[in-house]
Amino acid sequence: MSEEKQQVSRRQFLNYTLTGVGGFMAAGLLAPMLRMAIDPVLQPPSEGEFANVGLAVEDITTTPQRVDWQIDQVDGWYKSKPGKTAWVYKDDNGDIIALSPVCTHLGCVVSWEGSESHPNQFFCPCHDGRYTKDGVNVPGTPPLAPLALFEQKVENGMLYLGKAIPREGA
Amino acid sequence: MLQKIYDWIDERIDITPIWRDIADHEVPEHVNPAHHFSAFVYCFGGLTFFVVVIQILSGMFLTMYYVPDIENAWKSVYYLQTEVAHGQIVRGMHHWGASVVIVMLLLHTLRVFFQGAYKKPRELNWMVGVLIFFIMLGLGFTGYLLPWDNKAFFATQVGLEMAQQVPFIGDELKTLLAGHEEIVGAQTLTRFFAIHVFFLPAALFALMAVHFILIRRQGISGPL
Repeated sequence: MSEEKQQVSRRQFLNYTLTGVGGFMAAGLLAPMLRMAIDPVLQPPSEGEFANVGLAVEDITTTPQRVDWQIDQVDGWYKSKPGKTAWVYKDDNGDIIALSPVCTHLGCVVSWEGSESHPNQFFCPCHDGRYTKDGVNVPGTPPLAPLALFEQKVENGMLYLGKAIPREGA
Repeated sequence: MLQKIYDWIDERIDITPIWRDIADHEVPEHVNPAHHFSAFVYCFGGLTFFVVVIQILSGMFLTMYYVPDIENAWKSVYYLQTEVAHGQIVRGMHHWGASVVIVMLLLHTLRVFFQGAYKKPRELNWMVGVLIFFIMLGLGFTGYLLPWDNKAFFATQVGLEMAQQVPFIGDELKTLLAGHEEIVGAQTLTRFFAIHVFFLPAALFALMAVHFILIRRQGISGPL
C-alpha cells in the first residue's frame, strides 16, 4: 500500500461515517419537532375577511354612529365570536369612513363627542386624547397617531368591514 | 444500619470520591461569614440557587392542579388557591419566589461586579451567568401569563408587542412566541406553558451545571 493512497485512515473513515449517521439521525429526530414549533410562522397571512355589520348604506349619515358586530374567530382548536366596534359616517364626498375606536395612545375606547367640552371630536376618557372627525389625532393630546381605518366594502346595500389598518403618525 | 447500606454500596461502586467532589471542599476564610461578617455577600449566589430549588419544587406541585387551557386555566388556579389545602401557600411560594429570584440574582451580580470577580480567568462564568439571567427573565415572562387573568393577558400583549419591535424579524418572532399571527389565545397559553415548564428549565439546568462546574474548577476568587 503506497503512502499517498492512505489519505483517509480506517479510523478517520469510521469517525466520519459515525458522525454522518449520527448527524442524520439527530436531524431526523429534530426536524419534525422544529417544523411543528415554527408552524404558526409559516401559515399564510390571514386574508382580510369581511363581516356584515348589519348597517345599510342608506342609514349611514354624516354623523359618526357606533356599530357593533361579531366576527367568527378561529384560534387553533378554539372558535369564538368576539365583538368588534367601529364609528361609521359618510364624509363630504359621500365616501364611507369606518374608524376603529381603539385609542392609539394606550388602547382605550374613544367615542364621538364623548366629552361635552369637545363637540365634533372623538374623545378618549382615559387621558383626554382627542381626534378630529376624520380620525386624525389633535396635536397636544396624548395620541401620536390617527385612529385606524377599517377595510370596507358594500354588498347589496349593506356595509361589510374587515381588518382595522393602522395609520402612520402625523 | 445506614452505615451498612452505605458501605454495601461504596464497596461496589466506590461512591465516596463522588460525593467528596460535590460536597467536600474548602471554604476560604475570606468568604466565610463566621470569620468576617461582611462575607455574607458571598451567600447571594447560593441563596439564588436555594430560591430556584423552591421554584422548581413548588412549580412541580402546582402542575398537579393547573391546566394550560384558556377555558380552565384561571378556574384551576382559583380552585387550587381557594379550595386546596395549602394551595395558597404553594402558589404564594412560587409567586413571591419568582420576584425573590430576580432580587437575589441582581445582588449576586452586583457582588461579582463590584469585587471584579468576573475578571480573568472567570470571564466565561460571567457570560454563563448572564445567560442564566436571561433565562430567568424568560421564566418570569412566560409564567406571568399562566393564571390567564386580565393582568396576565395584557402584560403578555405588551410583551409580545415589544418583541414585534425587533428589527427585521419582529413579526415572525411575535408569531413564533404567540402561536398565532394576531390572537393572544389558546395557542399562546399552551406555548407559554411549554416554554415555562419544559424548555427554559431544561436550559436553566444545563447552564447552572456549567456555572457550578466552572466554580469548582476555578475556585472562588481571592480576597479584595
